[in-house]
This record gives sequence, structure tokens and C-alpha cells, in this order.
Amino acid sequence: MPEADTHTDWVENSASGSTNRGLLGTLWESRELVGFLALKDLKIRYKQAALGFLWVAAQPLATVAVFTLVFDRLGQVDSGDLPYPVFALAGLVSWTYVSYVVTQGSQVLVENASLVTKVYFPRIAAPASTLLPPLADMAVAAGLLLVLAIAYGVPPTWHLVLVPAWLLLLASIALGMCLWLSAINVRYRDVKHALGPLVQLWLFASPVAYSGQGLDGVAGWAYALNPMVGTIELGRWVLVGAPLDGRDVAMAAIIAVVLLVTGSRYFLRAERSFADVV
Amino acid sequence: MDRIQVEHVSKRYVLGERSNTAGELVTSALRRLTTRRARSPQRELWSLRDVTFRVSEGESLGIVGRNGAGKSTILKILTRITSPTDGVARTRGRVAALLEVGTGFHPELTGRENVYLNGAILGMTRRDIARRFDSIVEFAGTERFLDTPVKRYSSGMYLRLAFAVAAHLEPDILVVDEILAVGDAEFQRKCLGRMEEAGREGRTIVYVSHDLDSLRSVCSRAMWLEAGRVRDEGATAEVVREYLRSGLSSADSGTSLLQAGPLTVTSVEAGPAHAPGTSVVMQEDVTRVTVCFTLQERIPGLDLAINLTSSKGVRVLDQALSDSEHRQLEAGDYAMSLEIPPVLNVDTYAVGVWFGTSHVDLIDEPAVTSFTLHGSDRGRPGRVLVTDFPLSVERV
Repeated sequence: MPEADTHTDWVENSASGSTNRGLLGTLWESRELVGFLALKDLKIRYKQAALGFLWVAAQPLATVAVFTLVFDRLGQVDSGDLPYPVFALAGLVSWTYVSYVVTQGSQVLVENASLVTKVYFPRIAAPASTLLPPLADMAVAAGLLLVLAIAYGVPPTWHLVLVPAWLLLLASIALGMCLWLSAINVRYRDVKHALGPLVQLWLFASPVAYSGQGLDGVAGWAYALNPMVGTIELGRWVLVGAPLDGRDVAMAAIIAVVLLVTGSRYFLRAERSFADVV
Repeated sequence: MDRIQVEHVSKRYVLGERSNTAGELVTSALRRLTTRRARSPQRELWSLRDVTFRVSEGESLGIVGRNGAGKSTILKILTRITSPTDGVARTRGRVAALLEVGTGFHPELTGRENVYLNGAILGMTRRDIARRFDSIVEFAGTERFLDTPVKRYSSGMYLRLAFAVAAHLEPDILVVDEILAVGDAEFQRKCLGRMEEAGREGRTIVYVSHDLDSLRSVCSRAMWLEAGRVRDEGATAEVVREYLRSGLSSADSGTSLLQAGPLTVTSVEAGPAHAPGTSVVMQEDVTRVTVCFTLQERIPGLDLAINLTSSKGVRVLDQALSDSEHRQLEAGDYAMSLEIPPVLNVDTYAVGVWFGTSHVDLIDEPAVTSFTLHGSDRGRPGRVLVTDFPLSVERV
């Protein structure tokens, strides 16, 4: 138990820095708080909605229906060997998770301003807690995907074993972005207004509704700089056995690590002034 | 063995002009180009200035001082909510703070869910909370409503439950800010008892309060902060005595200067009418508010008013000169005073001043200074007025 040493260790608070244990240590220390905050979000999310939890299933289905109509029927998008609805939903699972976490997580410190100014808690727990609730939506969407895939005659593959690797990549990208955006948002609320259009742009720059493969040379490398490219491809490969480009996944992993390392550094430095600025 | 070491801590807040929006960034950059000064002087406020103290294990330190003396800031630094601008604060052991009861409660969640959530926010593990759950609920006296969303709670119940969670933290260092200002008399006694108990258990306590009696009963040692500096430190009884004696003579008692055209407000003071120069007002005292101002020239139709706002934000009083007399003030120095009979409940009241004509507000400052009515609310903290109007019952 980490509690044992908290009785004897001096904890320092000075202008040059507080005692903190870095990203992973702080996250581990506050794991229960992260859990409770996530649970709170889940409990209150559909509190006043008549359809309640049904929305979790309705949202991805509606989006897939729209995508199918627009991209498959009208736009004739190439989805490879996969039936288009299966292809689209498999991409949407990754996309919905990351965009949800980034949109919610970037606001979490400002929304909890009264908490930030009145109570000390490891600040990182707030953005980290937004990683968990959308996992519930994701599980439902993944279940729908499996049903849809079987209905279209796409059998599950052994790739499913690698679901944890895909989840890790998703969570790392989402958390890395969240750490940056939530900390910046404390000082500049512009984040909130800029994020809406940017996320939309990001959706079209990511291979959700279409396939991103087949770009060669510099264009391919540049495209893979968007970490969602490798992540969405990995998701499709894991869930429904779509082809995979190793380069894209490697790029996504590298960018995820960069986002996490820089994001947590920035966050842990900025957090000391959160209570004064928010 | 020390539990708390605070060394040369200072804290600066920058007021106003914070270049936050693009527009402001542009205009401040332009101003820097057009004016000769390199940088427009920002309004700074040193909330703490070179504060040093230590608290050892099992000791309780009380902090007194007027509003704005830096009491809350020192607590926020001890609890690591904010960091000092200069100096260092060290704590050893688990720190729990009761800065504002009930922050982190979510109205949609039930009492039970909130106990767990709030406990986790305050730093308890799930096991800790589960172990203390029954005693928390018993302390709060809300057993029957555990599965009701707290938005349906009365404010008293809400408060009791929130305090109960915090009171069961069992920290090494307990930091308490003015919590006893809320709740009914019985609950206050319970809270105070809980703090004394914590002291006997060998916990270190830092307690800020305007309630000097409770401070004396909980703390053996006290520190007096004034304008961000330690003015005095020592045995609680002596520090409190000095603090009370200082009364209004000290510099920080709300002499903020206001100006509008030919009108300058030089001082706004509030204190007991029977003892001019002191600042501690008991509930049964007549309170006198005095506003001194200078009029450089005659302002046609000038009217003046004094207003009071309770800590809950209720404008309890707003009385203008024109309510009783209508006189044209010539240029000169004036002192306007208002005597408030002992009808207000115990609370901290902000004193505001208004100067203007029927066309224009020259000065409208709702909180120039404040005063606290001490004493007992006689078990009815919710009422604004303490009245003794004729009340009778007859058989009809």
C-alpha cells in the first residue's frame, strides 16, 4: 500500500515545483478516484433522457446508416472485401471513442472548477476519468459490430486476441490529447470553441468512412502523421480482419507516446496554477 | 516532530488585466507600442508576504485575521490547492481539508453514492470509506435518505452529510476553514466536538475562524495574520486578546479609496456604536457604519446611500440620504454614519456605498468593507432578522 509512506514523507509545495510522481505513478495512486469520477459520469449521463441507455446503441447505428447512404450508395466508396456497413462501423468504434474523450476531457477541469479551487486531488485524475465511461458505449458498439459482421458473413478472426493492444493505443492517444487540451483550456477557453470544427475536420482526415490505404510515398507518410489513421486501421484489423499497414500503426504508436510524454509534462507543470487561473 | 513547516512563503495574485483573449492580447500589445513605458503596471496583490511558521505533531494552530489577511490562501497552500509564488511549505502525513463543505457533491447522485465519491475526492480509499460508512451516516443522521438524490435534501441534511464525510477522514493534518459558520447550533457543537476529539487523538489541526470562542477551545496556539504578514503568534488567549484590542486602528480594516470626479471616499468603517475604534460587534450591539468623503465641488442632486449584503448575497438594507432628508451638499469634508439597531442575525455583512444622482451612478461599490456579527443565532441560522415583534395567541 502506498499509504504507509505518506505518514512519514515530507510533501513539498514551493514555487519551483510540488512533489509529484510523474504520470503513471500519479495515475496509479489515484486509480480509485478515477473510477469514482468515471462512475459518476456514467450514472448521470442519461439521467433525464427518456430513452436512457438505448442511446448508446442508437447513436452508432444511426451514424452507420447515414454513412452507408452517403458514402456507399451515393459516393461508391471502396471498402475492400468488407461489406460497407461493417467497414464503417469498425472504423466508427475507434473514432467515436477518441473524439468523445477529447471533447469531454478537454472541458473537465473547467467544468469542475469549484472542485479544483476548493479541494486538492491529483488533477490528472479528472482528464483520466473521461477515458472510462465511453468504454461502455464502445462495448455496445463492438457487440453490434460483431452481430452485423456475422449477419454479412464476415467471421471473427484470431486478431481479436489483440484487442488490448488496440485499446491501449486508443487510450494513449485520447489521454495525450486530453492532457494538452484540458490544461490549455484552463487558461484559454478558446479550446472549447475551436474544438468543434477541428474535430469535424479531423473526422474527414481520418479513414472512418473511407479507406486510407493505398497512398504511397510522401503522401502516405504525411497521412499517417494523423495517429487516428493507424489506430482506426488497427481497430478494423483486430475486429473484422481488414488488411493492415504496419507503417501506419507504428506511426500512430510513436505519436501516441509523444503526445503522452509531452502532454503529461505540460499538465504536471501547469497544474500548479490551475486553482489561480480557472 | 514537525508536521508542518512553512518557510518564507509569499503568494502574489495578479488582478484585472489578464491578457486572456486575443482581443486583449492585441490591445495590450498596441498599448505597449504606443506608450513609453515598457509594460503597463499590472495590479498585483500580495496575499501572503514572507510567512514562516511550524506546527508540530498533535498541536493545533488557530489563525485569526480580517478578511483579506491571507488566511484562506495559507490554507490553500498547505493543502497544495495552489502553490506559493515564493518560499516553501512542507507537510508530513495525510492532509485533509474542510475548506468548503460539500464541494464535489453531485445533486443527481444519492446520498450513498455521494459519500463514496466525496470520500474519494478527499483522498480516502474505497476500503476506508466502506469501513467508516456506518459511522459517517450515523454522524450525519440521514439514514433514511441514503438512496435519495441529494438534490432532494434540505440544506441542513446536505451539510451534515458533507461534513460527516470530511470529519471521518482521519488525517494526520486537519485543515479547517470557517465551516462552523453554517448549520444549526447542535450541529456546530457536534463539529467542534469532532475537532477536539481529533486533537486529542494526536492529529495536527490548523483552524481558521472568526468564531474566537471555538478557536480558543480547539487551539492551544494562534497566529494573527494581517495584510499577508504574521503580526503576532503565541498562546491563543493572548493572541486573540491582542487581535481584539487592535480593533479598527489597524491599516487593513477596509479603508479602500474610491473616487469619481470631484468625489473621494476616504474611509468606510463599521464597528460597535458603543465602543468607537474597535471592530468586534456582538449580535446585540448597535452597529455603526461611517463613510467619510470629500466633495471638491457641489454636485447637483447628489444622493448617497449605504447598503448591506449578507454572506448569502441578500441585500438586507439599502438606505439613502434622500429617504430621510434632502439637502444639497456643498464642497467640503463629510462623515456620513448609519446606526443599525441589533436586529440582524449573526453573519458577515458586506458594507457597500452608493453615490449618484437620479441620472447617474457615480460610485456603486457593494463591498467596500465588512463586519461580522458575533454571538448565537439561537438555533435559527436561516433567518435574516432577529425579531421580537408582538406575537400573541388567543382563543377566538
